[in-house]
Amino acid sequence: MFEWLSEERAFIAAFLVIALIISFGVSLTIGLKQSILRANDEVFGDPDRTKGGWYWSVCGASALLLIWFYFSWEVGRAYFPKAANEICQVAKIEESISPINAAMPIGSRYYKSTDLIIRNTAQLDSLEAALPVDLFSAQEASQLLSVINQTRQIIAAFSNPDSQDPQSQKAIANLAAEFDFLSEDVLAGYDGYEPTPEALLQPKWGITEVEIPLLPLTPRGVLFDNISLKAKSLADTFLKLRSKSAEADRLIAKTKAEIKTLKEANSQAQGSETYVKKREAYVKAVERIFKRVDDGTIFPPEALAPLYISVQNFTASVDDVKGGLGFIDSVFLPGNGIIKSRTQCTEQGPGRWLPKPTDVVATFTRLANPDVASGGGYKGTTLLWWKWLEISDVVDFFVPDSVIDMLPGSYGTHSADGTFEPTFKDNLLRLAKGKISLGAIPMLDGHIWDSLFRVLVAMGAGILFGVPLGIYMGVSRFFKSFFDPLIELYRPVPPLAWAPLILTIFGIQDDGKIFLLFMVAFAIMVISARTGASGTQLSKIRASHSLGATNQQILRYVILPNALPEILTGIRIAIGVCWGTLVAAEMLAGTTGVGFIENVARTVSDYELIWVTILIMGILGLLFDIMMRWVIQKTIPWRGKG
Amino acid sequence: MTDLTCTNLSMTFTNPQTGAAVEALKDINFTLKQGELLSVLGPSGCGKTTLLNMIAGFVNPTAGTISLGDTAIEGPGVERGMVFQQGALFEWLPVAKNVDFGLRMKKQDEKEAVALVEKWLDIVGLQGFGDTPTYQLSGGMQQRVALARCLVNDPDVILMDEPLGALDALTREKMQSLVLELWKETGKTIMIITHSVEEALLLGERLFVMAPRPGRIHKEYRLPFAEQGLKQSLRDIKQDSKFSEIREEILTMIWNMEEEIMGGV
Ligand SMILES: Nc1ncnc2c1ncn2[C@@H]1O[C@H](COP(=O)(O)OP(=O)(O)OP(=O)(O)O)[C@@H](O)[C@H]1O
Ligand SMILES: [Mg+2]
Repeated sequence: MFEWLSEERAFIAAFLVIALIISFGVSLTIGLKQSILRANDEVFGDPDRTKGGWYWSVCGASALLLIWFYFSWEVGRAYFPKAANEICQVAKIEESISPINAAMPIGSRYYKSTDLIIRNTAQLDSLEAALPVDLFSAQEASQLLSVINQTRQIIAAFSNPDSQDPQSQKAIANLAAEFDFLSEDVLAGYDGYEPTPEALLQPKWGITEVEIPLLPLTPRGVLFDNISLKAKSLADTFLKLRSKSAEADRLIAKTKAEIKTLKEANSQAQGSETYVKKREAYVKAVERIFKRVDDGTIFPPEALAPLYISVQNFTASVDDVKGGLGFIDSVFLPGNGIIKSRTQCTEQGPGRWLPKPTDVVATFTRLANPDVASGGGYKGTTLLWWKWLEISDVVDFFVPDSVIDMLPGSYGTHSADGTFEPTFKDNLLRLAKGKISLGAIPMLDGHIWDSLFRVLVAMGAGILFGVPLGIYMGVSRFFKSFFDPLIELYRPVPPLAWAPLILTIFGIQDDGKIFLLFMVAFAIMVISARTGASGTQLSKIRASHSLGATNQQILRYVILPNALPEILTGIRIAIGVCWGTLVAAEMLAGTTGVGFIENVARTVSDYELIWVTILIMGILGLLFDIMMRWVIQKTIPWRGKG
Repeated sequence: MTDLTCTNLSMTFTNPQTGAAVEALKDINFTLKQGELLSVLGPSGCGKTTLLNMIAGFVNPTAGTISLGDTAIEGPGVERGMVFQQGALFEWLPVAKNVDFGLRMKKQDEKEAVALVEKWLDIVGLQGFGDTPTYQLSGGMQQRVALARCLVNDPDVILMDEPLGALDALTREKMQSLVLELWKETGKTIMIITHSVEEALLLGERLFVMAPRPGRIHKEYRLPFAEQGLKQSLRDIKQDSKFSEIREEILTMIWNMEEEIMGGV
């Protein structure tokens, strides 16, 4: 069942998108009609104007989901399942001819030669201006200037079409002609092309980690794929092509010799180390620029023009054959299209970091599968499941061994015949160490439970210690003044600022995180219990005094119930803050938990997993809050009615 | 006999910031015999609440003594019940649990407690409301719960600080009759503070008109209307010519005091 759903996610998405469009349209119509009908029911600003309106909720949710479907490219994938594969083949052509494009003003403003000349001339000028005359003898200085000048002349020689070797002109013309043939091949169409069986066996788009199938699945794609191979070999030829000029060759030989003499003079130079180093550095800088221009990568613009035209024609004919593909690319695959890099075709833009809704669901089902052995769960732990928990492990966790040390009696010693008979106390120690089997109880398990467990334990401890302290701080001058500085000092520190310290002290296991969360919960519980306690109406306190209640009774029967609304609100806030802190703490350290999953997903750029964890956290946070609101409503119906 | 006696009672509040002292009460002397019903009138700020709080034991006087019978008052106690202007009910408890609060605090036998609560809810006219949350009651019903809660403890003295102040006129009149009935049936000493001159006249067997700066008893009356009210309708008593005469006299008195205060500002 899941297999089928997973395989057919494009089809399912196509169906869902239509359903969403219909629900959007219908709810919008209902909404507009209702708005007109009820326009005069209430005056503007009346809170009743915000009541009801489920149709707008449906409308909003549909719109949001549609936006998600659209920007994650799911609409594109649903209705044009092969488009991305074809665009991938086009991307292969683009990748192939990219070295040629880089040399031409295609996708950039200048010829590469122009760029080279501008940059190197500027650097030559500044080198000339900065010539350190004090480092070099007059003769050396003039030699350096001549090298600089000759480098300029080399540039000029390469740029001059008149001094170009006819050989190199011819090579360029040949290459241009090859591209013209290639254009004809493209325009000849893709009749008779068939995808290879191997290509047809590829997994569908989105089913595995490789986002878009690489091998062509359509005749048109096969054509593009073939063309890309040919274009690649043409591009290789182009890369080997060099500008040739006798004039330049002569200058290059001469300059090389001069640089050599300068370097030799350097190697014999006397003087301090910095002096020699500076001389060497300057000569090296000059040589570096010379080397950049001596390899024949500068062409006269006229020389490249024919190739430029042919490549443009070639690109145009590819666009021609692409046809509607370009439209699909720009409308249904919003973002920067598809890029072929090395071994894969990747989506660029939102399609990359915004996973498709069905992919998210698929990832979630994979995570939620409790069968770890067959690929469920994450990193060997289920998402949320159950297991048998040994009671002895719980005893081991909660009963410190030192408690047994404090009990009366003594531990046994071995006897004369070399045996050891454990005493009662020895057995107690074994119990405390969790060595005595006490049976097992079913217990929740998994990443989500680990996160929940940390929050729940910390909240429990926070309430257990925080509420009594808070209440006493609300009624006693000593408690208030004694503990106030402590709590007010540590509370404003953002919890995560404590994290590095606490994780160092307690280690990265549960203890550290629980303690961190406990600190958060404790402060909030103290403050809220205190506010609740000190907010008790004086008349109620006085009435209970007159009714004969003792101080303890007043605490228990008047102040505590009075503080209950504040305490419950405090719990609600504390759970929220704990939840936020926990996830961040799990990202810092640990091997389980929702935050841990997200952290690993982050390091491997698994955007689907990141979104799944984000959704899990959001939903759990929401559930916590709904639960607390329900508890508050059930337990303190009198709230705000005193 | 458990008479309430105040001797040379004074109370001075000192503002901790400015050090300015307010003589809320000065040299108050009076004795309230057991079973007397005293109403206290006076302009705002003349120290009525302060006086009541001292008798209840919530604040200690700066000078003078209060005693109930032979014992000096040094703090709150069950023998002095208190009814506040706004019920001061425990909103998290239903009516019955509010009423039996005092009994539960002294761990009275549960069966007796239930019977007592029944009895008092009956008397104040709230039979059948035992399980209702107090926040669902009207203002008048809430005050009746407060009365029952106080009476169930069987105090010697009942202290009321504007108990009917927040009620509408009709409910108020009903409650006034209830107070008179309770007074007659239980024979308790009652001290009631009010802002309404009519109420003070109707309820007060004795009546203190207090004056401010320093707070003191300006004039004392002994009135027949409370006794009459037990037999006659309160509305008829209000038509009585003697009633209106005293009412006018007191109104003028308080009016003049207020004038003085306003002029002083
Ligand atoms: N806790 C306090 N600290 C300082 N001054 C106080 C305090 N309580 C009362 N006072 C002052 O004592 C005076 C008497 O106050 P009190 O509340 O007794 O007046 P009252 O007669 O009950 O007034 P009202 O009719 O408005 O209730 C007032 O001037 C008030 O400002
Ligand atoms: Mg008052």
